[in-house]
Amino acid sequence: MLKFTPKRRLTGGVRLPANKTESTGKSIRRGLIPPRLIVSTRQQRGPAAKPIVEIGQGVLRGETIARAEKSDGTDVHAPTSGKIIAIENYESPLLSKVALELCIVIETDGADLAIQKRGPIEFAATREDRIRQIASAGIVGLGGAAYSTAEKMRGEPQIDCKLLIINGAECEPYISCDDMLMRESPEQILDGAAILQQLVGAPECIIAIERDKPQAIDAITLAADKLDLDGLRIAELPSIYPSGGERQLVEVLAGVEVPSEKYPSDFGFLCQNVGTAYAVHRFFRDGEPLSSRVVTVTGAAVAEPRNVEAMIGTPIADLIDACGGYSREAARLIHGGSMMGFELSEDSLAVTKATNCVVAAAPDEVKSENREWPCIRCGECSMVCPARLQPQDLVIAARESNAQALTELALSECIECGCCDVVCPSHIPLTQEFRKAKPLVQSLEELQAFSDASDQRFRLHEERRQDATIAAERQRDHIKRALSHEERRAEEIRAAVQRARQRKSETDGS
Amino acid sequence: MLTGIIILVGLATGLSALLVIVARLLGGSNSSAADAIENLLPRIQCAQCGYPGCRPYAEAIASNSADINRCPPGGAETIRALAELLGRDPMPLDDSLGQASMQKSALIEESICIGCNRCAEVCPVDAIAGVPQRMHTIITSHCTGCELCLPPCPVDCISMVSRSA
Repeated sequence: MLKFTPKRRLTGGVRLPANKTESTGKSIRRGLIPPRLIVSTRQQRGPAAKPIVEIGQGVLRGETIARAEKSDGTDVHAPTSGKIIAIENYESPLLSKVALELCIVIETDGADLAIQKRGPIEFAATREDRIRQIASAGIVGLGGAAYSTAEKMRGEPQIDCKLLIINGAECEPYISCDDMLMRESPEQILDGAAILQQLVGAPECIIAIERDKPQAIDAITLAADKLDLDGLRIAELPSIYPSGGERQLVEVLAGVEVPSEKYPSDFGFLCQNVGTAYAVHRFFRDGEPLSSRVVTVTGAAVAEPRNVEAMIGTPIADLIDACGGYSREAARLIHGGSMMGFELSEDSLAVTKATNCVVAAAPDEVKSENREWPCIRCGECSMVCPARLQPQDLVIAARESNAQALTELALSECIECGCCDVVCPSHIPLTQEFRKAKPLVQSLEELQAFSDASDQRFRLHEERRQDATIAAERQRDHIKRALSHEERRAEEIRAAVQRARQRKSETDGS
Repeated sequence: MLTGIIILVGLATGLSALLVIVARLLGGSNSSAADAIENLLPRIQCAQCGYPGCRPYAEAIASNSADINRCPPGGAETIRALAELLGRDPMPLDDSLGQASMQKSALIEESICIGCNRCAEVCPVDAIAGVPQRMHTIITSHCTGCELCLPPCPVDCISMVSRSA
């Protein structure tokens, strides 16, 4: 397999303790069927799907239970066979926060019966139909950001995809689901990558893996040699966080910086996670829609940290039980990795397609609440910022809620990677402030747009009123003129009558 | 001595006349200032500043005859932006003025509306739909919350509600 040498080094970034070996000791645990599944109808960025099942109805594995109504949505499928027992709102972790979502609760029967005979699925004829196939298979990006894969592939129609990047960097501490999947199913991943490459018509494909995953690199290299794929290369990246970010990968591999208001697809790049490639393989070769994913269950409070193939909707408590339960009391339960993850209030929440990792952190693992000191302007934060921002200026603007300044300092470019937090000697919670401030900038932009629209409407209104006034005046003039014309006529008639009378009296008199 | 005075006075007069002419020709600096100011205002024409609209208020600020704290819907954000643009000191909002807010929108109690059409006549952004003698309603997405429709209503059927509700 050919190697690809990255064009650039990552801007900024930090080396972090990986904490991955704990969960890579054992193989992926498969076949876990929890008694109850809480499947959210929103499994990707964008609109939720609409349930098409009823309470009490039996479902089989792979059956569509909620259908996307818009093109940027994805269908949701039953992960196993069972009975629908409720359709109601539950808290569900997706897109860096926990939110109430309409969920379909399935009581599983343990038989795991599939709806159809498994078998390969034919490619649809047109590109658009094939992309629709992917959305109806419920395939979303499994790297954690949960973008709809179909939406991403659709991209800009006039821009050809020149490079498919399969993202196996997995730079964030604790997470090892991609690593384990690459070790155990490299051929399936490469096959999925080949399908994706064919679907978008990309001439080249690079699979990017960080150097701290030698087994994964070996497995992928071996599989690639066996499959003998054209145009596939492997890029070994130094293990620096956050080199696995989409924009970071594009910058490192292709030397192109993608601005925040654009997407890599605008420049002809498509990034897909290795898990997504695996899901594409499963759908097109085995006929299985995406209804389960590999989740890393780790942290010092878990008895046997490992990776589990979890059905979508598995409550996190069941996942932890499958890993030997809690070994001691967890201080925090984190969804995602230690850097970009967010805290969960309880373990009853269910796995979504964005759940790549669950960390049950023991008290000694959690960063102790350090007292915050004033900023000493050391500039470390701007040195490590992968987006080349100035966090020390941003934080001042954020605390003043100065949306103007935040816009000028390009807060929207912040990817919330948390590098600045790690290096800040004053322990200022920078990323937290930026997360809080982002809606502020957005609301300012929205208000500005609203003002512009109102202004436009007001101008049109004024124009129309002026036109109406002019028209009314013209009407008045017209009437006046008509009236005066009538009057003149009457006057003339009167004068003529007068003259006639006078003439008559003159002739009579003479 | 005399020639010196004459030359200098002549020069001064000639040059000042030139300056006046140039200023007249290139003028409009006041109006472009008003443009910039108007762009920072919410432009919802609520007139709560005491001027008949956003443009007149912007012109008043530009000609230094009005304070920058007279825009209730713009609030602190607008005052800060204006202060920065004009190099004046930020000041708290004049709270003796109205309470128009872009976070609110008007709501017509449709069972009370008598179809007099007076609200629709004053709406600066055409956000009220309805014909005379028929019930009227607010197009919430167009409503700016300027409150101008409240006073003309003879049956008081319009109230301001939070936009999110």
